[in-house]
Amino acid sequence: MNTLTVEHPMIPKPYRVQSLRQETLDTFTVELSSINGTSELPFNPGQFNMLYMVGIGEIPISISGNPDEPRTLVHTTRSVGTVTKAMRKLRRGDVIGVRGPFGTNWPVDLVQGSDVVFVAGGIGLAPLRPAMYRVLSHREKFGKVVLLYGTRSPADILYRKELEHWRARFDLEVYVTVDRALRPWRGNVGVVTNLISKSPFDPMSAVAMVCGPEVMMRFTVLELQKRGLVNSSIYLSMERNMKCGIGLCGHCQFGPEFVCRDGPVFSYDRVKDLLAKWEI
Amino acid sequence: MDRIEHSVIDSLLQALQSRGYVTIGPTARNGAIVCDEIHSASDLPIGITDEQSPATYRLKSGNNHLSFGYVLSPVSWKRFLVPPVLTLFKAVKTSDGFRITNETSAPDTPPQPRKLAFIGVRPCDLQALTLLDKVFLGDRYTDPYYKAQREQLFLIVVNCTKAGGTCFCGSMGTGPTAKAGYDIALTEMDRKEGAFFLIDSGSEKGAEVMRELDRRKAAPEEILAADEASVRTRASMGRTLETDHLKEILADNPEHPRWDVVAGRCLTCANCTMVCPTCFCSTVEDVTDLTGKNVERVRKWDSCFTMDFSYIHGGSVRATPKSRYRQWVTHKLSSWVDQYGDFGCVGCGRCITWCPVGIDITEEACAIRENHQTVLPHP
Repeated sequence: MNTLTVEHPMIPKPYRVQSLRQETLDTFTVELSSINGTSELPFNPGQFNMLYMVGIGEIPISISGNPDEPRTLVHTTRSVGTVTKAMRKLRRGDVIGVRGPFGTNWPVDLVQGSDVVFVAGGIGLAPLRPAMYRVLSHREKFGKVVLLYGTRSPADILYRKELEHWRARFDLEVYVTVDRALRPWRGNVGVVTNLISKSPFDPMSAVAMVCGPEVMMRFTVLELQKRGLVNSSIYLSMERNMKCGIGLCGHCQFGPEFVCRDGPVFSYDRVKDLLAKWEI
Repeated sequence: MDRIEHSVIDSLLQALQSRGYVTIGPTARNGAIVCDEIHSASDLPIGITDEQSPATYRLKSGNNHLSFGYVLSPVSWKRFLVPPVLTLFKAVKTSDGFRITNETSAPDTPPQPRKLAFIGVRPCDLQALTLLDKVFLGDRYTDPYYKAQREQLFLIVVNCTKAGGTCFCGSMGTGPTAKAGYDIALTEMDRKEGAFFLIDSGSEKGAEVMRELDRRKAAPEEILAADEASVRTRASMGRTLETDHLKEILADNPEHPRWDVVAGRCLTCANCTMVCPTCFCSTVEDVTDLTGKNVERVRKWDSCFTMDFSYIHGGSVRATPKSRYRQWVTHKLSSWVDQYGDFGCVGCGRCITWCPVGIDITEEACAIRENHQTVLPHP
């Protein structure tokens, strides 16, 4: 008998698939609930879960649902690896394993009274969405709220209906840009960093929450600094290989940081020296 | 400090065995000293010594009857606390999802945590256990297997009276004599009239076992001889690692040209991480039977020297051998200090001995120190 019988942080709990929907050509959203359907899994915006496909493998995926509705776990991911490709084929009623939530969160509760700038690149919108929900459910507690979202092409726009709905609100500024587009597109073309210089926020009070590819985040920080944001007002969500989620497997090390435990959300102040180095 | 004769080691083993401990100690097998179950003192590598230098390890016949005349086994004690392969759980796919089971394990998988007595832990390896404690018994997350096994250990240190060809514990402050953290400490003394041991206890558990042994008070000159042996061992160590400001120097010089030089030699074979007594990284894998219904989830030792280790969608973060070697050394001698308050290197020298091309961590750290770009505070 070598199998661990005690409560082990590496043993997943079963969750049932409530729905699975295709978002774009290569992304999908899966909604999960506990087996009895009523247990809650509270989480903070920015945290992630380890999702386990029995017999296939386990991967970290950010939580992209509403933190005020903790009965439903929402995960949006891109189907690119062995696990996500298998996950893509899940149907309502199927069961997968979940461990979590893990990691640090966006500082939504700390920045009340400030302007909030969300900058998302591609699938980076998914881990920011819970923070958007949290801000919008307490809208009166924040200053201006701006969402800047860049993606590859119009077909890759994530949560399109929701973005359109948000953009229709008078208390929210939503700007979308794409890297490339065909003639029918009438929106912005170019990288998301181009949107920063003209977006309406007060750099003296604003807090920026940034998630996207590392290169996009580096350039976003530069633009935010040009607008006058100080390093301590910029937050990033980092991505690294993760096997355990609890700081024991060593995979997610980013200099002295364990991204799974000390991140994924970091103040830029804390990681700026590391981001300046290559292949750390 | 007491003295026991060589023949008393059998009584010591019996005292432990009668308390339910499985006694694990060094034994010569397949041309190497390995750590495995020993039943009596005759299982110890009596009269055998080891020769170690960069990329070289061989056993030789010693000209004495010492039981611990070798310096260091390639096998570190971490494998008993962090098994190379550990089944985390087994699961069966059912019509309604899956069920975690605790069915009988396969015979070739490691055992449950049990009472283990380690015989012959070197001081450097004792510090390695202290370092692993900080990793696996952290404030926020604990590894249950490690914790259960750690609580059932009896540690017998054997202090070093001879430096190995790749040792540098003197620089890391971990040896050649253990200060604390053991149950019993032995020092094997070589005398013309026959070897004997100095014995001391470091815990109540150790003192209790010690009381059962046939022993006498050590003579002052015997204690002095052991102290001299320790000083001599430290002085004869062929390697030093200057640790002053090393954390800052390594962290601040990721583009030092020396990293390219060593990357030209490094095979990224991961040998250093496998023999390192503190390397703790692991991966997880699912193993299924042919039906795909019975699943075993296993944790295995992993190494930061592989491409897969840092893979995220789009490619590996550390794609070059330079960045992977740098990650390993920088973790051991720099970021480990940030993470756990101490160096992650104990100076055992195994990585030097077992590197197939003989890369020497002390030499590399020294080379980075030369021409480094770090602004150090004035003394």
